[in-house]
Amino acid sequence: MYSFELEIPTTVADAVAALGKDEAQPLAGGQTLIPSLKARLAAPSVLVSLAQIDEIKGVTIEGGTVTIGGGTTHATVAAEVAEAYPALSYLAINIGDPAVRNRGTIGGSLANNDPSACYPAAALASGATIVTNTREIAADDYFEGMFTTALEEGEIVTAVKFPVPEAAAYIKFEQPASRFALVGVFLAKYADGVRVAVTGASEDGVFRWSEAEDALSNSFGADALEGLSLSGDGMISDLHGSGDYRAHLIAVLTKRAVKAAA
Amino acid sequence: MPKDHGIGASQKRREDVRFLTGTGQYTDDISTYGQTYCVFLRSDVAHGTITGLDASEAEAMPGVVRIFTGKDFEGIGGLPCGWEVTDKNGKPMKEPAHPVLAQGKVRHVGDPIAAVVAESLEEARNAAEAIVYDIDELPAVVDMKAALQAGATKVHDDLDDNLCYDWQFGSDQAAIDEAFSKAAHVTTLELINNRLVANPMEPRVALGEYNRANDESTLYTTSQNPHVIRLLMGAFVLGIPEHKLRVVAPDVGGGFGTKIFHYAEEAFVTFASRQINRPVKWTSTRSEAFMSDAHGRDHVTKIELALDADNNFIGLRTDTLANMGAYLSTFSSSVPTWLHGTLMAGNYKTPAIQVNVKAVFTNTVPVDAYRGAGRPEATFQLERLVDKAARELGVDPIALRRQNFIDSFPYATPVAVEYDTGDYTATMDKLEEMIDRAGFEARRKESEANGKLRGLGINCYIEACGIAPSNLVGQLGARAGLYDAATVRVNATGSISVMVGAHSHGQGHETAFPQVVAEMLGIDESMIDIVHGDTSKIPFGMGTYGSRSLAVCGSAMVRATEKIINKAKKIAGHLLEASDADIELKDGQFTVAGTDKSVAWGDVTLAAYVPHNYPLEDIEPGLEETAFYDPANFTYPSGAYACELELDPETGRVTIERFAAADDFGNVVNPMIVEGQVHGGLAQGIGQALLESCVYDENGQLLSASYMDYAMPRADDLPFYLVDHSCATPCTHNPLGVKGCGEAGAIGSPPAVVNAVIDALHSGGYTHVDHVDMPVSPHRVWKAMQG
Ligand SMILES: Cc1cc2nc3c(=O)[nH]c(=O)nc-3n(C[C@H](O)[C@H](O)[C@H](O)COP(=O)(O)OP(=O)(O)OC[C@H]3O[C@@H](n4cnc5c(N)ncnc54)[C@H](O)[C@@H]3O)c2cc1C
Repeated sequence: MYSFELEIPTTVADAVAALGKDEAQPLAGGQTLIPSLKARLAAPSVLVSLAQIDEIKGVTIEGGTVTIGGGTTHATVAAEVAEAYPALSYLAINIGDPAVRNRGTIGGSLANNDPSACYPAAALASGATIVTNTREIAADDYFEGMFTTALEEGEIVTAVKFPVPEAAAYIKFEQPASRFALVGVFLAKYADGVRVAVTGASEDGVFRWSEAEDALSNSFGADALEGLSLSGDGMISDLHGSGDYRAHLIAVLTKRAVKAAA
Repeated sequence: MPKDHGIGASQKRREDVRFLTGTGQYTDDISTYGQTYCVFLRSDVAHGTITGLDASEAEAMPGVVRIFTGKDFEGIGGLPCGWEVTDKNGKPMKEPAHPVLAQGKVRHVGDPIAAVVAESLEEARNAAEAIVYDIDELPAVVDMKAALQAGATKVHDDLDDNLCYDWQFGSDQAAIDEAFSKAAHVTTLELINNRLVANPMEPRVALGEYNRANDESTLYTTSQNPHVIRLLMGAFVLGIPEHKLRVVAPDVGGGFGTKIFHYAEEAFVTFASRQINRPVKWTSTRSEAFMSDAHGRDHVTKIELALDADNNFIGLRTDTLANMGAYLSTFSSSVPTWLHGTLMAGNYKTPAIQVNVKAVFTNTVPVDAYRGAGRPEATFQLERLVDKAARELGVDPIALRRQNFIDSFPYATPVAVEYDTGDYTATMDKLEEMIDRAGFEARRKESEANGKLRGLGINCYIEACGIAPSNLVGQLGARAGLYDAATVRVNATGSISVMVGAHSHGQGHETAFPQVVAEMLGIDESMIDIVHGDTSKIPFGMGTYGSRSLAVCGSAMVRATEKIINKAKKIAGHLLEASDADIELKDGQFTVAGTDKSVAWGDVTLAAYVPHNYPLEDIEPGLEETAFYDPANFTYPSGAYACELELDPETGRVTIERFAAADDFGNVVNPMIVEGQVHGGLAQGIGQALLESCVYDENGQLLSASYMDYAMPRADDLPFYLVDHSCATPCTHNPLGVKGCGEAGAIGSPPAVVNAVIDALHSGGYTHVDHVDMPVSPHRVWKAMQG
């Protein structure tokens, strides 16, 4: 780890101010950032901890919307949305191990946008809104490819608003080593249609499988997916699975998600 | 009632109190006055010529004490290999230099180029990053077949090619040819034994300390065998005589083989501490461990079995390529040869067996012994092959095995070893009883109703443990003897310290060894402690590997204890005014046979140290005895394993539902510890079969370089095991009748898993799948199913 200064603001305003410093970077749960600091892969000169900012923590459930503060840990999400949004709770409780879940945050996960991370699938499938200190960004506009998002330099994810679906499911097929998603499919059914978001698979990061969405919006059942498949082109190919395998898994997991949600 | 004392008692492991309460003393817990910290600059390319190396700016950075490069090691010995293999033409293996720091060339990712010694770890890292160097990258050889092709890039310029040796062993060519020419059926299989990273929980650490006052060096290191390190490093690398070199291996957090070997970092910190006259500590990061700990396995094999018309095995032939990596690690050469070829008979009376092994240099981390070392490779080939033969012949895989079992002992195999004892039918009977084979079809139907396939895989194994008779291994090329030693020091009040050459790094010696002495003397275990891991405290020892601790070192301890008993009886005879021939020792009391005259253990030990009334004219005061024990043969644990699993045909994912192990370990000192060893071995074997895989790309970059990509088995990957060791045929040639249990689980389990996967696939109609290479990942299963 290279040396850095640590700022511990207690308000978003102070955090934003601190992030104005040269080479400053937010530190949330540190579950992604600290390992990369330890490996000397990142060298911020100022780390701005978000851990003491109460206004970005916690979950509120109101009028069909679950709003989760950007600094809320996976463990808190798992516990608090268990009734309101079980699929999201299930997703959160299957991230990493207890240490990761008690430190790692939804804001950190969405800011990082790891192509194998779980939350991006939930946000995209739910048509969530990512709230920052300056604006609100629709999930469809937020994810811009592997490890890239619409966030500007110094912009903080303060909350994420999830419209609660009629039915939903997240099916995660774990990569055997990291236990991130080799492929993860989040399916959410709303009055105006079904959304299917896929993580772990594409070289462009999380994406929506529109053919499946159309078919399921027409007729919600695993049968509707019969014959639908994706090409392995543009899918991640690595030690743990080829692009074709990932494409195959997407179809399998989407069917399972339909059954789990129904 | 089960025993609570002595041999056969499942005593809780006393060492666990410190391990589980954070009071263990591991090498990294040791820090000495004036200590410096060392960081290695390691090659990030697999193969290249160092064209420039300038550490002058880095050396001027804050906190830097000194930076060492290959130049500092010119004229100093390289790391030696402990076993010379002679090839099939009578020529010695090729033995390239293995420098402590690279001499002009780097040969694998992780090869150390320079070492920074600084006041703090961070300063050392900063300076290591500032070292200026240029490497002219050369093409890397990674694939063994490609490495052997004419014109392939050479890993070592001074060798003719990348072939370390071409070894042949077993029956003569005529016998093999005859067996295959008259065979009614031949089964052939090509398979890979996947490369593994040992991943002990504690990464390697080395701390070198030099005492100018008496010219003595001390090396604290994470080793399974401190005396071996003292010998190799002192005599072959640094030229320090034994009396000026102390090697301490304190608590060690797992070894699994990879901490047997003498490593560059150990030699470096010892050397550097003498140069700068300050202690030098190196602590491996986990990332460094992946690219500097010797890896395991990595064999590619073609194996063929000849059967006669009655399904008797009549011939076996193997062709193996064994990866040595870039240099010969300490025991690397022996693993694919003497630790592998000699086990190819398995549990079967195949009369003609020929083993061919080509060892190959590649631009990868050196490969050496890993839990089982050679024997898992042999077992996997043979037991996969026998399963395939049964399938091809349409016969029951258990029946085919039973029919070919060796059933009379001693049995001399065509591959040099003689099994002293065993009962393979008994362990197979036991296994069948454990697994409810009759209920399998019903369980399969239930799985199928849930859209899953179910498979049952069976295999046997035999291993050679208790390594090894020195005269035999000497003939085979070992450059060391493989006896062991123990000193039993009885103190005046009767308490005992036993100094043993075996090293405990998780095996529970501190509990099990006292149980043996307690049994022999009839005293309580609490009076006995084991001392190990320090060359200044123990007489000598070849260390712990090859499931040898109890069979070899334990036998030395028994011999030393027998000497203690003999002498104590003389003292007791004197005190009781009787002939020592009439003295009996029972429950810690010396009694004159047939009388009620007795003295207690403590009276005798006190007399030995306060010899007021003592036969000084006949015997010396004191009560301390040493014995060295050289085994007459290997020991041959054996058993039968079964794996039952479910396979999801949509995703290819396999989940193990049941696993049973019926082992014959001979006599057992502590059943609980033995079961724990089997559990751990099974976890590693199942890990190899389903999860673990060390992968390089074609440029020699390590792709599985962290736990993000290298899958270790975790609790939820593993089932509850059924284990049994009641079918015991005691070893015939050591005093305890013990065989060793440390490696069995890792040896016996991979074929059971893969056999079960194939069984599941065939039950689902995927009959074109003959084999799936390990690790049997979901992706590989799915691919195999696609045809
Ligand atoms: C062992 C392990 C297993 C894991 N398994 C999974 C898994 O199965 N699925 C999964 O999805 N994830 C997994 N993770 C990742 C985990 O969810 C992380 O917690 C998460 O990705 C990052 O969150 P964090 O709060 O720790 O962020 P940090 O590590 O603190 O930060 C990550 C990045 O986001 C930035 N950042 C953080 N917070 C904000 C914010 N509010 N606004 C703007 N930028 C911000 C930081 O500057 C940094 O660049 C795992 C991690 C580990 C260590």
